[in-house]
Amino acid sequence: MLNQYPLWKYILILFVTVFGLFFAAANLYAPDPAVQISGESSSGVLDERILKIATQALTVANIEYFGETISQKGSNALIRLKDDDQQLPAQKVIQRAMGDGFVVALNLASTTPDWLSDWGAQPMKLGLDLRGGVHFLLEVDTDVALSKRMETYASGIKRTLREQKIRGFVKLDGDGRIRGKFKSAELRDNASREIRKEYNELQRQDADLDDGFYFYLSMSPAKEKEIIDYSVGQNLTTLRNRVNELGVSEPLVQRQGRNRIVVELPGIQDTAEAKRILGKTANMEFRLEANIAAANSKKEEFQFRDENRAGGATAFLERDVVITGERVSGASAGFDPQTSQPEVNIKLDSEGGTLMHRVTRNNIQRRLGVLFIERKTRTRYETNEAGEEVAIKTPFDEKKIISLATIQSALGVQFRITGLDNPAEASELALLLRAGALAAPMDFVEERTVGPSLGAENIRMGVFSVQIGLALIAVFMVVYYRVFGVVAVVGLGLNLTLLIACMSILSATLTMPGIAGIVLTVGMAVDANVLIFARIREELKNGLMPQQAIHAGFERAFVTITDANLTTLLVAVILYAVGAGPVRGFAITLSLGIITSMFTAIVASRGAINIIYGGRKIEKLAI
Amino acid sequence: MSDQLKGDKVQTRKIVDFMGHRKAASVVSIILILGSIISFAINGLNYGLDFTGGTLVEVGYSQPEPLKNIRNTITDAGFANAVVVQFGSETDILVRLPQGYGDTLGTDLVAALEQNFAGSITLRRIEFVGPQVGDELKEQGGLAMLMALGLVMLYVAFRFQLKFSFGAVAALAHDVIITLGVFSVFKLDFDLTVLAAVLAVIGYSLNDTIVVSDRIRENFRKIRKADAEAVINISLTETLGRTLVTSLTTLLVLSALFLFGGELIHGFSIALIIGVVVGTYSSIYVAANILLLTGVSKEDLMIPVKEGVEVDDMP
Repeated sequence: MLNQYPLWKYILILFVTVFGLFFAAANLYAPDPAVQISGESSSGVLDERILKIATQALTVANIEYFGETISQKGSNALIRLKDDDQQLPAQKVIQRAMGDGFVVALNLASTTPDWLSDWGAQPMKLGLDLRGGVHFLLEVDTDVALSKRMETYASGIKRTLREQKIRGFVKLDGDGRIRGKFKSAELRDNASREIRKEYNELQRQDADLDDGFYFYLSMSPAKEKEIIDYSVGQNLTTLRNRVNELGVSEPLVQRQGRNRIVVELPGIQDTAEAKRILGKTANMEFRLEANIAAANSKKEEFQFRDENRAGGATAFLERDVVITGERVSGASAGFDPQTSQPEVNIKLDSEGGTLMHRVTRNNIQRRLGVLFIERKTRTRYETNEAGEEVAIKTPFDEKKIISLATIQSALGVQFRITGLDNPAEASELALLLRAGALAAPMDFVEERTVGPSLGAENIRMGVFSVQIGLALIAVFMVVYYRVFGVVAVVGLGLNLTLLIACMSILSATLTMPGIAGIVLTVGMAVDANVLIFARIREELKNGLMPQQAIHAGFERAFVTITDANLTTLLVAVILYAVGAGPVRGFAITLSLGIITSMFTAIVASRGAINIIYGGRKIEKLAI
Repeated sequence: MSDQLKGDKVQTRKIVDFMGHRKAASVVSIILILGSIISFAINGLNYGLDFTGGTLVEVGYSQPEPLKNIRNTITDAGFANAVVVQFGSETDILVRLPQGYGDTLGTDLVAALEQNFAGSITLRRIEFVGPQVGDELKEQGGLAMLMALGLVMLYVAFRFQLKFSFGAVAALAHDVIITLGVFSVFKLDFDLTVLAAVLAVIGYSLNDTIVVSDRIRENFRKIRKADAEAVINISLTETLGRTLVTSLTTLLVLSALFLFGGELIHGFSIALIIGVVVGTYSSIYVAANILLLTGVSKEDLMIPVKEGVEVDDMP
């Protein structure tokens, strides 16, 4: 029998439809504007009493709120607001009432009902251009990291040659290579051999000139890549820590390409503040523990960062700094091969190593402390001439001890901190050491700020144009193809639902170009239907019976539709691979749209036509 | 449905002699392409912030303010070489500045504007793009287009035949050049979304070309007694209805996007509207025309595409 599907196909269509509707449904529930309060340290500090302070402040300021909740661990609280426009004032008022110990951030609170979220249905994420916020692109200056490493090599090589008593002249060239000059080829070969033993990752080039025998050493590309990856990775960690300090809900910190990092901070409007915190040079100081007898002018008291630590909550360190964080070129957690106790390995650059050696060799058995320095802000409120209350932010450095260990021997460019209680402590310490050291400087190469009002406007316009576009096509299709047109429109609706469902499941971010992609998909998705219907009309004109015409129309158009869609998909994939940011959003919606439209046009609308016309005797088609 | 029956029907139907006008069409295409290239040479493209780098500030005024006042304020505040334009409405002002003004530029600018304006001003967006990012984007964009064209050529050569891929790629290049040409002639802002639109034009125009090529291939195999020109004419006539309907529906949604989608994606919708119109034309006149020039014949399609026939006839 022509034009009848086996039962399983109908069930499949039904299943996909229900599935699509279910996962798309989460997008019907617009999130509430909200303010999120969290404690500055991540431990649970929020309780009903503190929440009360915030809500009272809102009541005084006449801002309507509802549904205030505290997260289970007590690490943050959410207060929902009635009105979008009140988010900023509410943030200000609450921050004022709570003081500096808390971070108050703008947020969007999900209103997805439990019956959806229990099954993992969540609304699409909105891009910055739709919800407002700041986007930064930072570039890591990897050249600095590379040249720093070459410096370390140069001094290491000098030391090696000195130890092996090979006479030669080694120095760092301007072009980032290490140049060695020797009296004879034999000396040079000896030197090369020794160097290769220790620094296998260096590539050598020899040159015999009139005034001596030279070699040039440069880093292998693999090593270079490793260093770049390391320094970008380290900057990523640092940035993540700093972003947390900003108290933004759902921030994005992500590597992009070789040496760039994207930072997206939804809800932030004060770019100057954000840039100051992101761009600040976090730091560390290595200082010796002060002698008990030392004069007050020579020592300083610091708290331990980990308050539960045994051995007292504070310690005195000397005022003199041995080295600072930028001398640290690496830190990693590991295990002592002999005792299998957790330890942290620290690498310094050459200058750091020299300084460290000079100080530690005379201070064995004393303790060396590591101070972690975080820049924080204190807020004061003042009334200006106009009678308005303004917040004045003064930055200050908070210094806390992260490690205090006894020096067992003179330390150089590489040393270990042992005696840690467990591997977790070791990796935490390594993380802090890396965060305190800035691997390579970063520059802001791109910055985009979108105000919240513009974001809301973009959503409104985007949704409106999708609706208008859909309506225009619906009218045209129904007029032009009658019953088949109705089927096409239903298919189009299903297509849109599936597209939104897919994007929600993949938690793709919806942006303005993404909406444009949806609109374009809507326009192009009917193409498959048009191809089929045009073919059916043709077959009818060729004298086929209606049932045969439907059958032939679908079968013949199938090849064309596949070819056409596959090539378009090809372009969309290229767009995704090559493009960045907004282009990607567009490419994602376009590719998903192509895939879903093939299903709806070929499988689903065929099913509908089969139900309407299949298995009956028909004289005439309404096409 | 035998071949014979179909052949008879085709002969009784009115065939549009598309290829009869191909000389005139070629002249039109060549003029448009040359015009576009000349305009590139003279005007270049009016690259947007994404490509040139620089700073852009969009502010919303509570009530309309003459642009002249705003320009004066900005110059007085010490921002040299600022370009001030309205963006979509009288109260929406866009300020574009060349490179390098430091961190607090946006807030400073708004503060300066606010001082000289009675109403209130809201900051809508600030964008800063470093110069190196812009250069890379240009490179990437060009690369993306070339890659798209190359892969399409491969795909079409593989699925159809090499002669078809010349036609397809010529049509795509034609559409891209003319779309860019219109942007160049009218000095429209060429930003990242427009680049995306141009790449989407490649996708769309390709869609059209493939549909037409598909029918040409089918008819070459089906119709025995006709020369290449006649076969192409028949194929174009048969697909004309579909070509026009799809272009129309796509244009409908694009107009909706253009009219209601807001200022940010104006460029995007304009590029696509031009692309769809040119793409529809090119799938008829450029792709088919080049195909005819390559001397395509029945034999080209019979031997290598054996498996294609099987796919066609699959139940």
